[in-house]
Amino acid sequence: MNSREITTQISKAADFLNLKKWDYGASFSNDYSVQVDKGEAKQLKASQKQILTIRVWNQSNLVGITTTSDISKSGIKKALKQANIASDFGNKNESTEFSPLAKDPIKVKETKKRNPVGIKKLLTVLREAEVKLLESHESIKSVPYNGLSESFFERVYANSEGAFRSFSKSQAALYLYARAEEKNKKPRSSGSVKLGYGADDIDIESCIKEASNKTISHLNYSSIKTDKYLICFSPESFLTIINAFSSMFNARSIIDGVSLSNKNSIGEKLSTEALNIYDDGLHEKNISSTPFDGEGTPTKRLCLINRGRIENFIHSESTARIFKTTPTGHAGLGSKVSVSPDWIVVEKSDENFDLKTSLDHSTYEGEFVYIEELNAIHAGVRASQGSFSLPFDGWLYKNEEKISIESATVAGDIKYLLKNIVNIESSQEVTTSGISPHIWVDELSITGDA
Amino acid sequence: MLSSQIKSNEIVFGSCNKDLLEEIIFYGIGLGADFVEIFIENTDNSSVLAEEDFITSVSPSFGRGAGIRIFKEKKDGFVSTNDLTKHGLMRSVSQAIEMLDITDNKRELFNGLNKHRDYSLSKKKWINEVPSIHEISEKLLISTKSLKKNNKIITRKGSYSRNLQEVIIASSDGTYVSDIRLHQTVGLNVIASDAQYRSSGSRRFGSSGMPNEFRLWDHEKAANDVFESSMNMLYADYVDAGQMPVVLANKFGGVIFHEACGHLLETTQIERGTTPFENKLNEKIAHESVTAIDEGISEGSFGSLSVDDEGMEPEKSVLIKDGILKKFISDRAGELRTGHKRTGSGRRQNYSFAAASRMRNTYIAKGEHSKEDLINSISEGLYCKSMGGGSVGATGQFNFAVEEGYLIKNGKLTSPVKGATLIGEAKEVMPKISMCGNDLELAPGFCGSISGSVNVTVGQPHIKVDSITVGGR
Repeated sequence: MNSREITTQISKAADFLNLKKWDYGASFSNDYSVQVDKGEAKQLKASQKQILTIRVWNQSNLVGITTTSDISKSGIKKALKQANIASDFGNKNESTEFSPLAKDPIKVKETKKRNPVGIKKLLTVLREAEVKLLESHESIKSVPYNGLSESFFERVYANSEGAFRSFSKSQAALYLYARAEEKNKKPRSSGSVKLGYGADDIDIESCIKEASNKTISHLNYSSIKTDKYLICFSPESFLTIINAFSSMFNARSIIDGVSLSNKNSIGEKLSTEALNIYDDGLHEKNISSTPFDGEGTPTKRLCLINRGRIENFIHSESTARIFKTTPTGHAGLGSKVSVSPDWIVVEKSDENFDLKTSLDHSTYEGEFVYIEELNAIHAGVRASQGSFSLPFDGWLYKNEEKISIESATVAGDIKYLLKNIVNIESSQEVTTSGISPHIWVDELSITGDA
Repeated sequence: MLSSQIKSNEIVFGSCNKDLLEEIIFYGIGLGADFVEIFIENTDNSSVLAEEDFITSVSPSFGRGAGIRIFKEKKDGFVSTNDLTKHGLMRSVSQAIEMLDITDNKRELFNGLNKHRDYSLSKKKWINEVPSIHEISEKLLISTKSLKKNNKIITRKGSYSRNLQEVIIASSDGTYVSDIRLHQTVGLNVIASDAQYRSSGSRRFGSSGMPNEFRLWDHEKAANDVFESSMNMLYADYVDAGQMPVVLANKFGGVIFHEACGHLLETTQIERGTTPFENKLNEKIAHESVTAIDEGISEGSFGSLSVDDEGMEPEKSVLIKDGILKKFISDRAGELRTGHKRTGSGRRQNYSFAAASRMRNTYIAKGEHSKEDLINSISEGLYCKSMGGGSVGATGQFNFAVEEGYLIKNGKLTSPVKGATLIGEAKEVMPKISMCGNDLELAPGFCGSISGSVNVTVGQPHIKVDSITVGGR
């Protein structure tokens, strides 16, 4: 069944079950991926997946939901029946409605949908990449984590009031994670990930070069002394921190009492006035962009922090209604609708007079710690308390030397971190999770083995 | 007549599918595969969330799918699909064969499937014995009400999930198995707040194959534990970072062994060349007080199974005996690529993942000391009563959050501390586990890795690590 036929089928089955109000979200995907091991194919994968989530409203306007991978006529009928049963337990304390924007026009940027290159080509490309990475430095002995994949998928949202949205696209990903070994030293590992609309769009050479350079740069390593340091966050690591604490901007989290913000936090000063943060799912560099969310609301650019102050929260239909505003295109589709950011963009605002612009990661000659990548986010972040303690990959710059840091954690509080931003570099870098410049923060605690 | 024709052309759960499965396996072998495996599942899941004094989410789901794996020499092709018709399964076999570029004429023998091993016979009634959504909702609401012990508790949550998975596994070595798996888990969480102070507390409980278990769950005791933990931590200071001895509590304290050492004993790590223990079989890798076990047979434990996802009954594997490495955790691909015999540990989240060597119930065996012996032996250190999550890096370094910690001074527990993380490497920490308590207990958890998220049990008695890096402020 295609998406129009599914809509018709749901409509017919809902009529039969006397269900007047329903909506659904569906996704259909075909994925192909390869992994190699020292020039040989290791595992080749293909998957065809379909997922349908149906919501129904009962006569008391309570919502029930069911998710299924069985998109046959009987599967759809069963899903509607189960959703109807579940609606007896619908949330009486917080109602859910269709998004008022579910029929608004959507901005679909030029669809960059590629044709599959096929498993054989994926394998050839990955084999060559592995060989090149192994040859790039004598200390690189293996590429234990590697993969090249391409995905083709369609997402659909429709409801009983005639809203219908469909969107299809393709995406490819390459990851190369190398392991370097030298005598009498611990093995060191690092890597790179690149995305593209199709396998042919991926910059393979830069992925190899980045994986090699990053891995080799960690060979000269040492422990670091536990102390407070001036820190430079790479664009990737700063975006990781912002995403980890995005509950500060999340209306769902605020209602649930698990956010550091509250309903009255709009306008609260969080950081230097030099900081702007946007959520911009439709950004031209966001390869994973989708034009509408789980409730059919169009995706849009939204300012979260303007000149250091909270400007907006992200919303679903129900949180927007509670906050007396409009949905922002950040909802999932579930029994309890989740809210999450799309793609974070960090910028330096015009009000940047208080920054220490001499702090530039490529020229600064004083002592500082460069945090390249933060790890173990799920374990080391207490979003509801604002604290973090995270292992990281990075370097200590000291006395004109750059030394990789062995096994250390950076710890602090997100509000302290934001308030202690001392520079926002000018040039931004595109990562897989957003765009950000390098960000400098003073006086964060680092625990090391030295 | 029409009915039987339909049945013979698609997988029907609860019926004999032998002819169809044999036909598909013959097809794969005929095309040149060394080995063909078919994993088919039918799922019926539901979850319920209670927040404060309301049910805020009820999420049923159901589905079915197949994963087909073809081996040719040491490489494998894996295809997953929702199409369980003969045509769909044959197409998946063809796709896997094509991916592997199999063109040679060498044909393996396939003598048909063995006698059906049906582990599901006594389990078909489970679906009718598990608690209804109404029953679950009522108990969750009582539980969240029990958490409301003072006005410092600002959020209260109770969650339940039930996964019922019916599987059929058939492969060209004759394996033909059916099983039904039932997993139930229930968790309680609170956030406490007072002025600028905030803390949280959580506990999770889980079982496999015991439909009545949720009814027997002691929600009052669970609520008291969670409440006490959050209150103890509410005004805690941040811990000072440094190297120090620590005592790790039993139950979920075992997560460190699971993450930091257990994963390094899976054959997938040998395949990648990422375990420091690869060539250490029968060598000392831990303190002589450490014996560690991985098994899938403890009745009702969250990581237990009647048969693994490759059709092998799970065994009890002594991984480390008195500090000596004795065994790796292995699956079919692990045996093929590393030579380590299968241990009944081939596991996957669902049909869309190929099975891989994964832990089941993994724990450090009990020793002879009391908890007090361990704490009394430390003049200055940290007691980690409750662990949060953690992770292990590509070169074996680990990092774990301490959810509830207390300073040890002169052999006594003193003030609570927050913000602690334990940092180290298994190779260096295992020899420093110098004392094991006599109070082994297990705790359920979910483990995410190469073949998705699977149910596991972690565990240990109280243990003492002589020195470890504690991250703090």
